[in-house]
Order: sequence, then C-alpha cells, then structure tokens
Amino acid sequence: MSIFIDRSTRLVVQGITGRDGSFHTKQMIDYGTKVVAGVTPGKGGQRVEDTVPVFNTVAEAVHETQANTAVIYVPAAVAASAIFEAADSGIALIICITEGIPVLDMTRVLPYVHERGTRLVGPNCPGLISPGKSKVGIIPGNICNPGKIGVVSRSGTLTYEIIHQLSTNGLGQSTCVGIGGDPLIGTNFIHCLAAFEADAETTAIVMIGEIGGTDEQQAAEFVRDNVKKPVIGFIAGQTAPPGRRMGHAGAIISGASGTAADKMAALAQAGISVMKRPADVVPLLKERL
Amino acid sequence: MNLHEYQARDILRRHGIPVPPGEVASTPAEARAIAERLGGKVVVKAQVHAGGRGKAGGVRLADGADAAKAAASAILGMTIKGLSVQKVLVAAAAEIASESYVGIIVDRASQRPVLIVSSAGGIDIEEVAAKTPEKIHRLAVDPRYGLLPHQALTLGFALYKDVKQARAAADIMQRLYTAVYAVGASLAEINPLVTTPDGSVQALDAKIGIDDNELERRPDIAALRDLSAEAPAEVAAREAGLTFIKLDGFVGCCVNGAGLAMATMDLVKYYGGEPANFLDIGGSSNPQKVVSALRIITADPNVKAILFNIFGGITRGDDVANGIAQATQQFPLKVPIVIRLTGTNEREGIAILERAGFTAVTDMDEAVRQAVAKARGKGA
Repeated sequence: MSIFIDRSTRLVVQGITGRDGSFHTKQMIDYGTKVVAGVTPGKGGQRVEDTVPVFNTVAEAVHETQANTAVIYVPAAVAASAIFEAADSGIALIICITEGIPVLDMTRVLPYVHERGTRLVGPNCPGLISPGKSKVGIIPGNICNPGKIGVVSRSGTLTYEIIHQLSTNGLGQSTCVGIGGDPLIGTNFIHCLAAFEADAETTAIVMIGEIGGTDEQQAAEFVRDNVKKPVIGFIAGQTAPPGRRMGHAGAIISGASGTAADKMAALAQAGISVMKRPADVVPLLKERL
Repeated sequence: MNLHEYQARDILRRHGIPVPPGEVASTPAEARAIAERLGGKVVVKAQVHAGGRGKAGGVRLADGADAAKAAASAILGMTIKGLSVQKVLVAAAAEIASESYVGIIVDRASQRPVLIVSSAGGIDIEEVAAKTPEKIHRLAVDPRYGLLPHQALTLGFALYKDVKQARAAADIMQRLYTAVYAVGASLAEINPLVTTPDGSVQALDAKIGIDDNELERRPDIAALRDLSAEAPAEVAAREAGLTFIKLDGFVGCCVNGAGLAMATMDLVKYYGGEPANFLDIGGSSNPQKVVSALRIITADPNVKAILFNIFGGITRGDDVANGIAQATQQFPLKVPIVIRLTGTNEREGIAILERAGFTAVTDMDEAVRQAVAKARGKGA
C-alpha cells in the first residue's frame, strides 16, 4: 500500500503544454504514472507525448478519461482558478505545484475544496511519489526506492536530501509527500501522519518541518495521542533570524512561537526522535525499527 | 513588503477610515510648510521599517511650524536600528482620551483572516497577548461572507461602551477588512485606534504588510516599495530572481531550495561555522542566476569561504556548474569555494567544474565540513 496515490491514480495535468507542465508530464509518464489527460484552454484536441489527449476544461477531461487526480503547473496568477476548476469537476485529489499564490486567494480556495471533500496537496509543493507505483509532481523518481518509510515534508530539495539518505542506506519509502512551504496549505502534517499510521505498508514516519507557524507543534501532539509507529523529525531554520522570511512564505519567525528550538522541544516531548542534521535520519530510524 | 506609515495612512484614508490630517516630507522646509498648513500642534514621525521609533527619538511633538522644522531636522538622517531616516510624516497631533488596537492577519491555524482587537492599545500587542490574554478579542472571518455587521459591532462593544463609538469602531473594522483584500495585505494594524475628548474615533498609527505574491497583479502597490529602506544586496538579489538575506557569519552559502538552504546554514553552525547569508537560487537554474549569486556573496567582505549545496531536481547540475565557471571568468572569487553537487545532471556538472579547475563532492556533510575548515583557514 501507500498513501494518496498508487497504481489506480489517473492523472490530469493542468497546464500540460507549458514549459514545466510538458517537461514533468514526460518525467511522470517515464516513471509509470498513468497520465490520462491534460488541460490547456484553447489547445483541446492536441496530444502531448503523442499519447496524452489535451482538453479545454477539466470537466471535459474527467468526463472523457475518468481522471481522479489533478496536478497543477499553471502560473501563480491563475493557479487559484485552476484549483477551483479541478474541485468543481469532481477531482478527489488535487496537487498544486505552483509557487507564489497570494495567501488571500487561498483563504477563498480552501473552504471551497474542503466543503467538496476534495484533498488539496500544496500549493508551492513538490508533490508526492509512491515509489514504484506513481509519481505526481516533481520529486525526482531516481532517488526513491520502494519500501516502508513514510516521508512528509514542508520543503522541496531538503526532502530530496532526506530521501537520498534513506535510499542510499537501504531504506525505501512507501510514499513521500511534500505538503508545501506556504502559510495556507490544503494538506498538513496531521493529515499525512494519520494516513501513514493507517497504512499497513508503512512501518515508520519521517517528518521534516521548518520555522514558522505552529503546525509541527500540533503534529507533535497528534503523534503523542494517535501514532503508534516510530516518528523521526527534523526542523530546518535553527540559525534563521526572527522576522525574516526565509524563502518560503511560511518560514518566518514571528512572536514567541515558531522557532526551531520550540519545535524541536515539542517533537521530543511527544516521543519523536529529533535529528540535529539530515544525516541523522538513518541512525535514528535504525534505532527505532 | 512593508509599507511606511504614511503609505498605510493613505490606504486607510482611501477606504474611508478617519486619520488625522498629515503629509510626508523629505526636508525640514517641507515639514515646516506642512505644519503651517495644518496649524497648531503636530507630531513629526520618522518613516522607517523599524519598531521602537519613539524610543529612538524618531517621534517628536512640535508646537508650530518652526518647531516642526527643528524636529524634522533632528529626525531626518537619523539612524534607527541601522536604517537611515529619509522621510518624516507631519500630522496634526490628536488629543487622546483612550487607545485601542485593531489588527487583521491571515491565521494559519484557522486558514482565515482573523480580526484581533484589544482595549489595551498603543503598546506591543504581542506583549498584551502574553501578559493579559483576556484583553484580546479574536474573530476568524469567513472570507465567503466577509466581516458581517453584527460581528464587527460585537467587537466594537469589546472596545467601547458608548454605542456611537462602538459603531464607529465597527465601521472602521469593516473598512479595514475591505482594504486588506483590496491591497493584498498579509497584515493590517491600527495601533493605536484612539478616541478623542470630543468622542470621535480615529486611526493614529497604521502598519500594513503586503504579501509579496500580490505585487505582480498590483503594480500600484508594488510602486510603493522604498528601495532606500532595504539592504542593497537584497534588492540586487531580488532583481536577479534570487532570495537573499544577509547574516553576520563568514561562510557564504548558495543553495537551491529554501528548506535545504536553511538546513545548510544549520549544518554550517553544527560544524562550528557561522553562515554569512541565506541564499536560495530557486527552482530553475539559469547559469546567469548563479553568476549573480556569486557576485552578491563575494561582495560581502566577511565571507571567508563559499559553500554551494545543490541537490538537482528541476535545477540542473550542469547549469549550476556553467554558472560557477562563467563567474570565475568575469570576476575573481578571492576566497576558497567548496561545491556539493548531486541529483539531476550531476555527472555533466562535475565534468564542467573539473575542466574549470574545481572539484566537487557529493555528500552534504563533507562539503560543509570542508567549507567551515577553509573559512577558518585550516585547509580541508
């Protein structure tokens, strides 16, 4: 098993004819993902990679191809609109890769997807991969191996670093989820921790957080009360100064909470093994397995 | 992006929120002319992106035009928390009967805009929240319906017993809420919201922060950016499409991805170094971006070694390597450079680097250890 995506994932790519959309469509097809449709308004009737039909709207794509998952590569200015459209078309899982969506747009998007029972992953995220089964987004497939470790992260390349450490030391992954670095996101740590806890294939969970907000503290409480599987945690930004946005819109320390030290203490108190550096992930996991 | 107080006041005024009359001045003579037009007592306030202006002597009361000119001469050119004061706001001094706080921020936990009000205004609201949380009232607004009149009035009564003042405050809250969505604010504060002896309610000071992601579609707001109020290296980085934050250490860092960049800085510290900066070259790796990154890092005289940590995904190792090679042909690096390169097109990238006379490592810990050792002058 795995969480959120597997061999039954039928993917529609929004923005499939764009630079990023077309490049990553090829990568996903090569990995074995069932890319059944693409959407670019005005380019309906074309084909991408000679096989994937392009439609003008998501509704048409769903009607013609029974797509159940959407991935979004459109520019930030129209990304909120793309999420609304996917949710309105009955898509059950939407992954928004696009970076730079205004937070106020997300205040309107999130109630819309939540009330339809749609799961949104992101925005501003690398997507997810269930190694050997399906990849949706931009996580490089070649660094992943099928296995039993669940990975959930707010970051992109830092996630690759951790996955790389796992794979090169013989620890494969059930699913890796990048939940995104923005302040308002559709799927949080707790959603992923609950799914990994319920997933029979996953035996341990790695969570990678960073400064800003209190999501990691809430996740720690959830782990303490609800997660039996071993959890290993990392927090990036121990050297970040307060009040400065460290690249991710969500990574800013404001007020008393949100520092790396606070978060590491909360994780440790909840029984999570806390890494001091990415290379600690393998020894800590081996200790707990 | 933070706005200056005078810019925030303009936005409030445009949305019908009462603010005391006032204008911005860049010279003492301008300040004098404004004070003359306003008549009576004025307050002269430094316009810088720093808190604690009052304590630093950047806010002065002045009785009459000549006193306003003198206050402006004292404040203009002053340095507050490292920022030089280029402009002052000259505003009519209001008589204050009471001070409250009204703020709107997008709350991560409820995923909604949250209104925060307190009858304990005029001081640091975080301090109030920590010491006397019962004085803080919060309301998460459903953005589908906006701030409803009865919700605003309830909060108005949390501030004032008098129904006229409660209604005036409620009206200000609804206008502030509208302003937040109209300008793309991530934060909007009126602190203090005052009552005057004649009973009117006014916004005496305002702070608005704009979500950077809003600027592309709001050129009028983007034009309010005050480049003189920002560190030159950070302005240069933004124009080059990089995210750069200067720190006080001596190991220059160049990384792809914000999370990995933070983890790299942390690892520099772990191995006994201090990072000189946060620098994220972003997802796509145009070689020109790498050249710009190196130009910015090497301009910092504190930097004793440069560390690249690249985990290729969208970013391609050969692009980064080409950028490093091009940079060394354009200007001298002067300090040792340690390059960690792995992921997409790793082999091509390492080959390019070797032709340019560099070696690269593939392990993050190894690279950071080497960079810290070289920065400390101990060799590798």
